[in-house]
Amino acid sequence: MARVIVDVALKPEILDPQGRAVQGALGRLGLTGVTDVRQGKQFVIDVDGDLDQEQLNKLHELAGSLLANPVIEDYELRIDESA
Amino acid sequence: MTARIAVVTFPGTLDDRDAMRAVELGGAQPVSLWHGEADLKNVDAVILPGGFSYGDYLRCGAISRFAPVMDKVVDAANGGMPVLGICNGFQILCESHLLPGALLRNESRHFVCRDQKLRVENNQTAWTNTFDSEQEILIPLKNGEGRYFADEHTIAELEDTGRVVFRYLDVNPNGSLNDIAGITNERGNVVGLMPHPEHAVESLIGPSLDGLGLITSAVNQLTGASA
Repeated sequence: MARVIVDVALKPEILDPQGRAVQGALGRLGLTGVTDVRQGKQFVIDVDGDLDQEQLNKLHELAGSLLANPVIEDYELRIDESA
Repeated sequence: MTARIAVVTFPGTLDDRDAMRAVELGGAQPVSLWHGEADLKNVDAVILPGGFSYGDYLRCGAISRFAPVMDKVVDAANGGMPVLGICNGFQILCESHLLPGALLRNESRHFVCRDQKLRVENNQTAWTNTFDSEQEILIPLKNGEGRYFADEHTIAELEDTGRVVFRYLDVNPNGSLNDIAGITNERGNVVGLMPHPEHAVESLIGPSLDGLGLITSAVNQLTGASA
């Protein structure tokens, strides 16, 4: 089995109200010095057998169209070698 | 002829019945379409109504975009058919790339529900041609993710080419760039907006009858074109 991890985050210039709310909660719960919180998403994708180049290309294509919206989000795709 | 205007129902759509009723009150024949069927049933125009299609999973409208009916809607829109996206429907139009930009979580972090004043900035589109130039209208708004965003270049292009169709007045309820409430494509047949015209079509339950103007505009465009 191969495992692919795709992390999706709002582009840095876009305000993240969820992150802002979490930042407020961290402060209220006693964590001092927090300057910023950004909230993202992680997709853990398990694939049967070894990944071939065709599957990897397809994963990149879908990460940039379905999993992330390039208008507002960036994504990073990596293969989890420990899986 | 009586214009046939479709309303698409996705799993999680809320306002399809209201939209069907608005179509009827606006003088057209409503036709119900199911997201899973790749068939537009020979309609003349399509409305993607509001709600929470697919539970807003992944991103609002991100999964609906790939529904079988949407391939047909995209083709028809590219061929010039009037298509209107309301709220979640606007989000779907953006995810489908029929309209530029995206809708983000409200700046205030709150779901906003209010009667919202808007200015009609472009009365030349398929859905706004019966409004006066710069007419002010009042229709309900209800969203948690209505903050319109596009990159600087796109915003400038929308503004320079008159493609901002509706602008929020008095209050910007969600942090949308340039107070943008609704936009259109280059051709003016595809319009998306966050507020809900289908909830302002009857004096008993709406704050005005201003929402009917979108339907009568489409009817005007469709029947005028065939005459």
